[in-house]
Amino acid sequence: MNPGDTLEPKSFTVTRADLVAYADASGDHNPIHQDEEVARSVGLPGVIAHGMYTLALVGRAVAEWTGGAEVVDLGAKFTSPVVVPAEGGAEVVVGGTVKSVADGLATLALEVTCEGRKVLGMPKAVVRA
Amino acid sequence: MPVDPSLVGREFPAPAPLTVTPERVGAFASAVGHPGQDVPPTFPIVLAFDAMQAFLDAEQIDLHRIVHGEQRFAYARPLVPGDELSATLTVTGLRQIGGADIIATTSEITDATGAVVCTGKATLVHSSATEAAR
Repeated sequence: MNPGDTLEPKSFTVTRADLVAYADASGDHNPIHQDEEVARSVGLPGVIAHGMYTLALVGRAVAEWTGGAEVVDLGAKFTSPVVVPAEGGAEVVVGGTVKSVADGLATLALEVTCEGRKVLGMPKAVVRA
Repeated sequence: MPVDPSLVGREFPAPAPLTVTPERVGAFASAVGHPGQDVPPTFPIVLAFDAMQAFLDAEQIDLHRIVHGEQRFAYARPLVPGDELSATLTVTGLRQIGGADIIATTSEITDATGAVVCTGKATLVHSSATEAAR
């Protein structure tokens, strides 16, 4: 990896069934990720993906780009919800560039969108290069 | 009801340690589609979530009024099957914006020797008012 390299965008479809499976695997059974009525009752536009599910997709994209490089830092702000419809799914796209490579570490500057809208703020991953 | 400001500095341990078993990792990796055999980097959220739930239970905060605002992990080393992990959440900050509490937390995740393997920093947004739309 070299600074300026483009990381080929990865597209992931998120369905309600994915959110159920993620709730079981992670232990996060917050009903805003399952139940339309509860989600709307707290001011959300509908059922939303776990922020950590979207961040896990970032981790997945990083593993695919780097062939499973060791991750040293990973994080983001959950600035805009990924609304997941009851039928079909939401399309999350993870792309980015290699921002810098120094001291054996590569910093990836990422962009994560859903329906063309950024859903993560300052998503960043640092991997051992 | 706003969150009690005297919370800042208080610690909330996860009720039980978590053993990183191949089954547990496999279920998590499969749910997020993670490739390969490595432990997915977001796996420590399982334990950080337990610590957060202990905090919410202690403060009688409803989980459904919480939205995750930010999460960052720093890893001292990769997690491997066989690790026995413990987590302690510390409330590091609290502020109010438009009827919502913005709760800053740090969760330290340690192995059986007490060494820190991962530090998670999370912001939790607690909306006590139903009109707190995003």
